[in-house]
Amino acid sequence: MILKSLRGVALLLVVLFFMFPIFWIVVMSLQTNAEILSLPPKLIFPPTLMNYTALITGHLKTSVGTLNIAFMHNLWNSFLLSALSVIVALVLGVPAAYAFARYKFRLGEDMAFTLLSLKFAPPLLVLLPLSLEFQRVGLDNTYIGLIWIYQLITLPLILWIVRGYFEDASPDIEYAYRVDGHSWLKGFLKIAIPLARPGIAAAVVLSIIPTLAIALYAQRWLVEGLSLGAVKG
Amino acid sequence: MSALIVTSLSVRYGTHHVLRDVDLDVRQNERVVLFGPSGVGKTVMLRAIAGLEPGAVGQVVLAGRDVSRDPPEARHLGMAFQNFALYPHMPARENIASPLRARKLDTAPIAAKVKSVAELLRIDHVLDHFPRQLSNGQKQRTALARALVGEPKLILFDDPLRNVDAKLRYEMRIELPRLLAKRETAAIYVTQDFREAMAIGDRVAVLIDGEIAQFALADEVYDRPATIAIARLFGDPPMNLIAAHGQARGSGTLVRAAGLVFGFDAAPPREPVFGIRPEAVMLFSEPETGRVAAQIVAVTPMNERYLVLLRTEDGTELVASHDTPPPHGSHIWIGAEPGLGALFDAATGLCVAAAPSSEEIAA
Repeated sequence: MILKSLRGVALLLVVLFFMFPIFWIVVMSLQTNAEILSLPPKLIFPPTLMNYTALITGHLKTSVGTLNIAFMHNLWNSFLLSALSVIVALVLGVPAAYAFARYKFRLGEDMAFTLLSLKFAPPLLVLLPLSLEFQRVGLDNTYIGLIWIYQLITLPLILWIVRGYFEDASPDIEYAYRVDGHSWLKGFLKIAIPLARPGIAAAVVLSIIPTLAIALYAQRWLVEGLSLGAVKG
Repeated sequence: MSALIVTSLSVRYGTHHVLRDVDLDVRQNERVVLFGPSGVGKTVMLRAIAGLEPGAVGQVVLAGRDVSRDPPEARHLGMAFQNFALYPHMPARENIASPLRARKLDTAPIAAKVKSVAELLRIDHVLDHFPRQLSNGQKQRTALARALVGEPKLILFDDPLRNVDAKLRYEMRIELPRLLAKRETAAIYVTQDFREAMAIGDRVAVLIDGEIAQFALADEVYDRPATIAIARLFGDPPMNLIAAHGQARGSGTLVRAAGLVFGFDAAPPREPVFGIRPEAVMLFSEPETGRVAAQIVAVTPMNERYLVLLRTEDGTELVASHDTPPPHGSHIWIGAEPGLGALFDAATGLCVAAAPSSEEIAA
């Protein structure tokens, strides 16, 4: 009994310790600049939504003057870019994952591994040559150029996670569907894709997380997908 | 018109020939069992007939229509898979309706047909359940209903009772022939269980190493296996195979095996082997002419039968199988049921003759 309550107290302390930074960030977001910088830090202060207003309107009014911040624009850019690049990666990656899972073809494993190896490469390695090359062909500072580059991250992720799901589904299920009288394409859309849906959802979330934390939206799939994805790698 | 004619069907995986020039025909409403040990190409053969083996070479004619080049969806077959292959994200009703949906039937006839086949298979109360909510038996029946619902002329069964428990297997073994007869459907049934083959098959095709080693009525395969390999595979316990001595007598052969003597209508083979089914080994408590003394080594009850391991005086071991316990005492006399037994040539592996005449033991 005592041991149990001690354990509870210990757990509480651990949680408080690790949650404190987040708590402190929330507290700071409700303070003015002066209050944030004051020493000793204040725990009692008149809360203000000034910081949030500034982020949304794009103008931060301080005692010195007005500062323009492009937060909403950048957020929108991030959202647009990650959404578009994930869509492109899905259109390319899901059929490719199916092909790698179901068919044996020459150099198939090599191709799949090469795509995966792109994830090992340090981004800095390709940064300089790529930006020079992009400037030459006029792709620098364009959405298309960025979406293209994002494929280095998203495509292997989607390919490898979704492939595992296709491999886990028995091909007999698709065969049965075809013997029933459905075309290959219909079987792909109505059987293969729905069966791999948790994998596809996990891959989408994992590729979006680096740029956006809209993950809560897909929480059910996220938890299932992340845990499965972690096992499958 | 035959339900199916397969002519010189071959399938190769790389350099490995899985099937080699296989011929097979299935008559209307006939049940043909494709029997063979595992890994022998039975499933590949079914898949090739269904159009699921892109590399298959040969001709497949279904109900008079050459479908050799047709994709699976154009062949109008039913198929039941070993692992059921139900669609996990659809309720049983939609699983069964799938072949009808493919034909773009209206909602009302689909509902009616699904209901009727579900009632036939006694799963009408679980039609709204998803596959994961079904028991193994119900899954089995759902898969069967899906194969039957489109009223195909031919259904392919890929060892559908392999993964179900003994009770269910026994039930389905009795029920399936009745169902198929009722729906007037021909069937090819893959199994490696000879009991299932005997219970379900009108004819049995024995597939060994990618070739059909024998294709005959089930009883004939049982009584007269075409090769020693089939004799070893078909039957549980398998046929007793005893090295024998053969001696020409007129146009026939006098065969002596384990002290028993038989006459066969064939020239003596090079290396004679006498085969006798365990049920045809008779046990007696008294000696008589034509009987041979033997010792009971072990008695094992199996499926309400008694398997008796015997050793004759010349050291030959053989198994007898009867539904009554063997006579008391370890020393008994054995004889052969008249007319049962087969003569093989170990040099060629082929059956030379069957149905021997009983002979008096020459002194």
